[in-house]
Amino acid sequence: MRPLFFLREALRALRRNAAPSLAAFATILITALVLGVFIPVVKAATAKTNEVRNKIELEVYINDDASRAEVDELGNMIREIRHVESIEFIGKAEALRILRKRLGDKSGITEDLPGNPLPRSYRIKLDDPQNVDVVKSGLQPVGSDGKPRYISPAISDVKDREDQTEKILSATSTIKIILASLAGLLGLASILLVANTIRLSIFARRREVEVMRLVGATNWFIRWPFVIEGLLVGFAAGLVAVVLLWVVKVTVIDDWSDRFALIAGPDTVDFGVLVLVLLVAATAVSALGSGITLRRFLRV
Amino acid sequence: MATIDETRDAARNLNGVGRRPAVELRDATVVYPGGNVGLDGASVAIERGEFAFLVGPTGCGKSTFIRLLLREIDPSRGSVLIAGRDIGALPRKRIPKLRRNIGVVFQDYKLLPNRTVYDNVAYSLQVIGESRSSIRSKVPQILRMVGLSTKLNDYPDELSGGEQQRVSLARAFVNQPPLLLADEPTGNLDPETSLGIMQLIYRINRAGTTVIVATHDSQMVDRMRRRVIEMSEGRVVRDERGGMYGRRHHT
Repeated sequence: MRPLFFLREALRALRRNAAPSLAAFATILITALVLGVFIPVVKAATAKTNEVRNKIELEVYINDDASRAEVDELGNMIREIRHVESIEFIGKAEALRILRKRLGDKSGITEDLPGNPLPRSYRIKLDDPQNVDVVKSGLQPVGSDGKPRYISPAISDVKDREDQTEKILSATSTIKIILASLAGLLGLASILLVANTIRLSIFARRREVEVMRLVGATNWFIRWPFVIEGLLVGFAAGLVAVVLLWVVKVTVIDDWSDRFALIAGPDTVDFGVLVLVLLVAATAVSALGSGITLRRFLRV
Repeated sequence: MATIDETRDAARNLNGVGRRPAVELRDATVVYPGGNVGLDGASVAIERGEFAFLVGPTGCGKSTFIRLLLREIDPSRGSVLIAGRDIGALPRKRIPKLRRNIGVVFQDYKLLPNRTVYDNVAYSLQVIGESRSSIRSKVPQILRMVGLSTKLNDYPDELSGGEQQRVSLARAFVNQPPLLLADEPTGNLDPETSLGIMQLIYRINRAGTTVIVATHDSQMVDRMRRRVIEMSEGRVVRDERGGMYGRRHHT
C-alpha cells in the first residue's frame, strides 16, 4: 500500500470531479450543524428535567414529645431504608425560619404565634424519585395485624406532597420520552441522508470503478482513494460546522447565558467534547460510508 | 504461496513457454440471469501468437466470449482455459492478477475521464505496483508507438475517437500482456482510422502477443486474411485460417 499515491488519487478526484463531493460536503455540514445545536439543547433540557425531579422528597414529621435519643435513632433507621440517598434534620427554629421565608411580606403574622408550633422533621432525598412509594412503605410497613404502622413511635406523620409528585413524575417522563425519540429520529435521518448522498456520489463514478477492475486493480487499490476522499470531505465539513457553531456560541449564546439560566446550566455539554464528537462522527461516517457503498460496485 | 507461482507460470506459458493453447473454450455455456443464452456449448482453441477474428451478428456470443476470458462472468457449464489452466478454478482474489495479464480494448474505449492520456496509461502500471521511474520511461515510449506523443496532457474528452482508441490500446499493451482482447475496437471509427487501429493491433501481434478481435467489420476481416471464427446463437459455426468475413465470399 502506498499512502501518498492514494492521497494523490483522492485529491485528483476532488479536483476533477468536485460536484458529487460538494453535495456530500454540504450534507455532512448541515447535518453536523443541526446535531451541534440539538445535542446541547437535549442535554440542557434533560438536566433541567432531572433538576425538577430531584425536588421530589419525603418529609417525616416528629412528635414534639419524642426525646433527642429517639430522634437520632429514627434518623439512623431512615438512612438504612433502601433508595434513601440522604436525609436532613430540620429543627423547630429552622422550620420557623423556612416558613417565614416562604411567607415573605406576610411573615409578620408569625410574630403573633404563641411559641413555636412547628414540628421537627427529617427531609429525605431519594436516589430516584420513582421509588417514592417504596420508601414510604419502608417508613410505614404493614404489621402482622395487616395494618400499616410507623417504624418508630417518634413519627407523627409522613408527607410527600402527593399531587405534586405525581404531576412532576408524569410530566418529566413525557419530556424524556419526547426528547429521546427526537434524538433518535434526528440521528437516523442524519445517517440516511449522508449515506444516500455518498451513494449518489459513488454511483456517478461507477463506470470509473468498472474500468479500474478491468485493468486488474485489486478491490483495495480502488477503494483506498475513495475512503481517503470521504475522510477529507467529512473532516472538512465537520471542521466548517464546528467553526460556525463556535462563532454562534461566542457571539450569541455566551451573551445570552448571562441572562438565561437554562443555557448556562452546569450540565450543558462541554464545547470541547461536542467539537470532538462532531468531527470524529463526520469523518468516520463519510469515510466508512464511501468504503462500504463501494462494495456494491466491486463485486465480480 | 503456491497460487502465486501458478499465476506466474500461467503468465509464462502465455508467453510461449508451454505447449498448450493460449486460450481454450471447452463446451462453454453461458446462461445469463433471466434465461438469455450467451454461449451454447462453444468449443474452440487459439494457439499462442495467433491472430483470430471472432465474427457474427450482434448477440451471437462474441462479447460473452471476451467477458468469459476476463472472468467477468462464469460459464454455467464447460470450462475456460488460459495457457492450459482452468480460470474458473481461480479464487476470486486472483482475478485482478489474471486481468493484468490480459490487455483489453473496447468499442467505447473505457478511458478514465478524470485522467490525462499519460495518467490513463500509467494507471495500468500503477495497478501492478510498477516504480515511478519505470512508469516515466515506459509510458511516453508506448504513446510514441501509438502516435500520441504530443497529447500526453490532454484529457480523453479532448481527443477524437481514433485517438481515444489509441490511448486504450496503449493502456492495454503497456505492460506487454501475453494476450490482447479487443471487443469491436473499430465499431465507432471511420474506415481510415479503423485501418490505423488494426495496423497497431497487428504490430502488437507480430511482437508475439496472442490477439483475439471480435468485430463485424467485414472489410477489415477480408483485408487481413487471418483466422476467422464465426459464431451464431452462441455456437461456433465456422473456423478457418486465412478466412473471409462471410461464408459466401470464400473460394
